[in-house]
Amino acid sequence: MAAQENKTSLEVIPRDNAKIMKIWKTAGILLAITAVEFLMAFTMDRGLLLYFLFIVLTIWKAKYIMMEFMHLGEEAKPLFYSIIVPLIFLVWLVIALMREGTDIFMLRW
Amino acid sequence: MSTTATAIGVSSKRGIWGGGNEPLKASYGKLMMWFFLLSDIFTFAAFLITYAAIRVSYPAYSGTMDAFQGSNEYWPIPELVFDAFPFFHGVHMPLVFVGLMTFILIMSSVTMVLAVEAGHRNDRNDVVKWMLWTLLGGITFLSCQAWEWSHFIHGSDNGAVLTYVNTLNQVVTETIYGANLVVNEYGPAAFAQLFFFITGFHGFHVTIGVVLLFLAFYQAAVGVYERRGHYEMIEKIGLYWHFVDLVWVFVFTFFYLI
Repeated sequence: MAAQENKTSLEVIPRDNAKIMKIWKTAGILLAITAVEFLMAFTMDRGLLLYFLFIVLTIWKAKYIMMEFMHLGEEAKPLFYSIIVPLIFLVWLVIALMREGTDIFMLRW
Repeated sequence: MSTTATAIGVSSKRGIWGGGNEPLKASYGKLMMWFFLLSDIFTFAAFLITYAAIRVSYPAYSGTMDAFQGSNEYWPIPELVFDAFPFFHGVHMPLVFVGLMTFILIMSSVTMVLAVEAGHRNDRNDVVKWMLWTLLGGITFLSCQAWEWSHFIHGSDNGAVLTYVNTLNQVVTETIYGANLVVNEYGPAAFAQLFFFITGFHGFHVTIGVVLLFLAFYQAAVGVYERRGHYEMIEKIGLYWHFVDLVWVFVFTFFYLI
């Protein structure tokens, strides 16, 4: 026990270039999606279609960050689902508050 | 000591409740970080969904882009509000600065994964190098946000003429420059309030993140993790830092793009 605590150097495992390349590839994808969003913001008309595309691209980026950067996909399945499944409650919140906002709009204007 | 621990672990009577096993195959710290992040997702989601609800309760600006004038009668178009860039005073550069901030934060997230990857390999030099880059990215992002806030608060050269209820409960019509929690030149009062609360709460998370990053950078550099035998702390702080990036991706879309 004491010997282990006094150990000052760990064995360094050499770099796995394929793994590092994959990280940079994910970074490239994230930046490319952001660039596409920028392009769309200035070329497309504002409207529901554009907003829908923005939201799809954002969730796509979120998937890359959570699965590749946070390694959620590599965790045990129960842990994965205990993080993802509770997010279903947000769907209700979106529906409820958008309805609320629309009703306030109808009352006010 | 180790013999007693094994004896409890294999006891058929006590089964998995005897201790010595890892629920969900993750360490305690990592598991708790994940559940903290889940609760934080709900907090940020509540903020952003509230933004959406308040936004749809106001009419959208319907005129042409060139004729845009801030008013508390309708919700502004973000790319016409956030169009300034440091050292380019008066030049209309829509969303360029916030695009740069997004780039900085994504890049600092990338250097963070590289630090975590180096931690898996017990490579102290690489961990220290990538932690330093991540730290720099975080500090740069915070500085950009400080400029963004300062510009938002001070406002444009011309301001906007608004009729509103001031803090003394009087209805006044005057030229407004910049923004505070009562009135702002860009749109309804709620626009600036949401800006301050959403980007402020995110900025607060980034600030905490920078403190944690510095701590991990320092401890990695002086060899605390090497003596401990593993670099799991880098992984846990990495999870938090990626989360901050994840939230920014959503703030960017809902506040600046839509």
